[in-house]
Amino acid sequence: MALTGIQIFKLLPKTNCGECGVPTCLAFAMALAAGKAELASCPYVSDEAKAQLAEASAPPIRPLAIGTGDNAVKIGGETVLFRHEKTFVNPPGLAVLVSDGMDDAEISGRLKRFNELKFERVGLTLRPELVAVKDESGDATKFVGLIERVKKETDACLILMSEKTDVLAAGVKACAERVPLIYAVTDGNVDALAGLAKEHNCPLAVKAKDLDELSQLTAKLDQAGIKDIVLDPGSRGFRKAFEDEVFIRRAALQQKFRPLGYPTITFPCEMTDDPMKETLYAAAFIAKYGGIIVLSDFHGYGLFPLLVERMNIYTDPQRPMTMKQGIYEVGNPDENSPLMITTNFALTYFIVSGEIEASRIPSYLLVMDTEGLSVLTAWAAGKFVGDAMGMFIKKSGIEEKVKKKRIIIPGLVAAVSGDLEEELGSDWEVAIGPREAAHISAFLKAK
Amino acid sequence: MAFETPKITYTGKIKSIAIGKGDQAILLGDESSYPFHLFEGEMPNTPRIAMEVYDVAPEDWAEAALKPFTGVTEDPVAWAKRNVEEYKADMVCLHLISTDPNGLDRPADEAAQTAKKVADAVDVPLIVWGVDNDDKDAEVLRKVAEVCEGKHLIIGPVVEGNYKQVGAGAIGYKHTAIASTPIDINLAKQLNILLGNLGVPDEQIIVDPTTGGLGYGIEYTYSVMERIRMAALTQQDERLQFPMICNLAREVWKTKEAKLTAEEAPTMGDPEKRGILMEGVTAVVLLLAGADILVMRHPEAVKLVREMIGELMAAA
Repeated sequence: MALTGIQIFKLLPKTNCGECGVPTCLAFAMALAAGKAELASCPYVSDEAKAQLAEASAPPIRPLAIGTGDNAVKIGGETVLFRHEKTFVNPPGLAVLVSDGMDDAEISGRLKRFNELKFERVGLTLRPELVAVKDESGDATKFVGLIERVKKETDACLILMSEKTDVLAAGVKACAERVPLIYAVTDGNVDALAGLAKEHNCPLAVKAKDLDELSQLTAKLDQAGIKDIVLDPGSRGFRKAFEDEVFIRRAALQQKFRPLGYPTITFPCEMTDDPMKETLYAAAFIAKYGGIIVLSDFHGYGLFPLLVERMNIYTDPQRPMTMKQGIYEVGNPDENSPLMITTNFALTYFIVSGEIEASRIPSYLLVMDTEGLSVLTAWAAGKFVGDAMGMFIKKSGIEEKVKKKRIIIPGLVAAVSGDLEEELGSDWEVAIGPREAAHISAFLKAK
Repeated sequence: MAFETPKITYTGKIKSIAIGKGDQAILLGDESSYPFHLFEGEMPNTPRIAMEVYDVAPEDWAEAALKPFTGVTEDPVAWAKRNVEEYKADMVCLHLISTDPNGLDRPADEAAQTAKKVADAVDVPLIVWGVDNDDKDAEVLRKVAEVCEGKHLIIGPVVEGNYKQVGAGAIGYKHTAIASTPIDINLAKQLNILLGNLGVPDEQIIVDPTTGGLGYGIEYTYSVMERIRMAALTQQDERLQFPMICNLAREVWKTKEAKLTAEEAPTMGDPEKRGILMEGVTAVVLLLAGADILVMRHPEAVKLVREMIGELMAAA
């Protein structure tokens, strides 16, 4: 069982040296207990204490990375079953499958789509991260050839899939510097693949026929010194796969059952031949605990909804999503276009800009930094009030873009119009817009 | 260390409601587990899909969403029949768009007659949805309740500002009220209490947590629904033990991403498939959070999601 902060504190040096980055040993102990710090940060902890603490301080689901540097996909590290209990941390990596049994055009198409399908949203680039390279030929040369090609044509993190140990070994050797995920350990090849993973310091996936066998295999790997493990419970029927995801997450978090305390990999691509249905399976695994989700192919119409869902589900519920402060152009506004202002809570921005867009009247939208608060909350907190808004409008540079100095403010903060007029001066006009975003279109059209 | 299936024990249960006429009535709710967690509880009633009908031809729908309804968008009765006969909708959700005071502002009587005609024309249960205007909805839904007595409709949205008027209609004419609150568990509970105090029987309340679209706040809806189910099933919060309805189609299809053409957004692929999957992905997320009724639009999305529900309800 996990130790409390006080229990951990008793095992620490109690020198309050601060070298761990936290001012006191007690504070460090509390951070350890909350899973927010690593024991390795303390240079003076005794070996004996280390051994005792290792078990207790390890996160219940091991965080690990596939790939290197900024490009690496981090998975695992989750601490809750429901995102509202705290937050989900590491979004599942999305992978596309290519195999050395596919024809050249098919491979080219999939890699091209992998590279091209990127979407800008809230100042973030949404994109898939992984390519799963599968050996179907059983021929190491062919497999390595395909790996080389994927390496050359993409910056993807890699999953190497083969049932043959020697083929996998050749593949890993060809891309070890990219730290691929090796797929997969099964009942018959534990020692060989454990050796391969150790030699190249790569994460290792385990595939079993059920959760019992899976637990036994990971226990063996743990004894062999393998730490970075990814779980495949082997279920390929959607219903069973869904249950397994729930059981694995619960076993790790509620039972602190170490053999299943790792992220998972799921294969919607092996659950159906229908790409539409595959997308919905993937949608379920994004919400319910997938660590890596392997799809047969990427298409904008399916990938876009999944990437947005992933961003939404993995948004920290304790911290609102925000937009960068500044001038946003909706449509192609010119110097005679209407000018509106709102706050930088991302949802507010999306709704307001969406309604302006729907009106088909090109407009300027000023987005003011209110620390992610919505209009009424920001007003109540004194962040979206006349003088602050006035200063922001003047500094924003919008005066050089519009001829008519007329600012439309949200109807909910009509009360600030006097202060705002005063702050802006007499060459500005302050107009009061609708209270609800849904009425923006009618409001703009009525002009 | 051997693996033991980690199951949890629930202490609460969702209430059961019946809607629709006679032997066509549909039962909802009655869950004693988290959504589709059938290994540790029961979900005796399948989540259902209601398909939308507008009482006037929609003006701003994406082409992909309009196509399946060619020829019937001017006629709510024909539209409802197509939904049921051709697209196998479990229910119909009639949106009384024409009553919006900011739009056509048609009178309550006329809207109620439309609702009656649609209710008479189809065997499946009917949901009648207003225009999110407290006063007008109170007037319209009151009238709908009266004219459609005996049909066991679902009517709403019922909000704090009009729950007495609409709630009275639900009690008097035996309809189910959609208790609608803006993505907040405490407000949801409060409105359920108010409806209870007013005398609306528990078997006539369904909760609308307010649905955010994909990319437009769905995560808030998702978490509020999970919290509601958690409170209902594991914390015996009696005033949250109601089935839930998600009015998702309009949220999905009104976004710019659902309306962009292939030329405007080449990387986002075929607009029809994109709209279908945006609707389908949204529906899956809401099902996993605990939706009992999904209000949907595109027949292909409906078909895909119905299959998903079938798979999720089957024992592994």
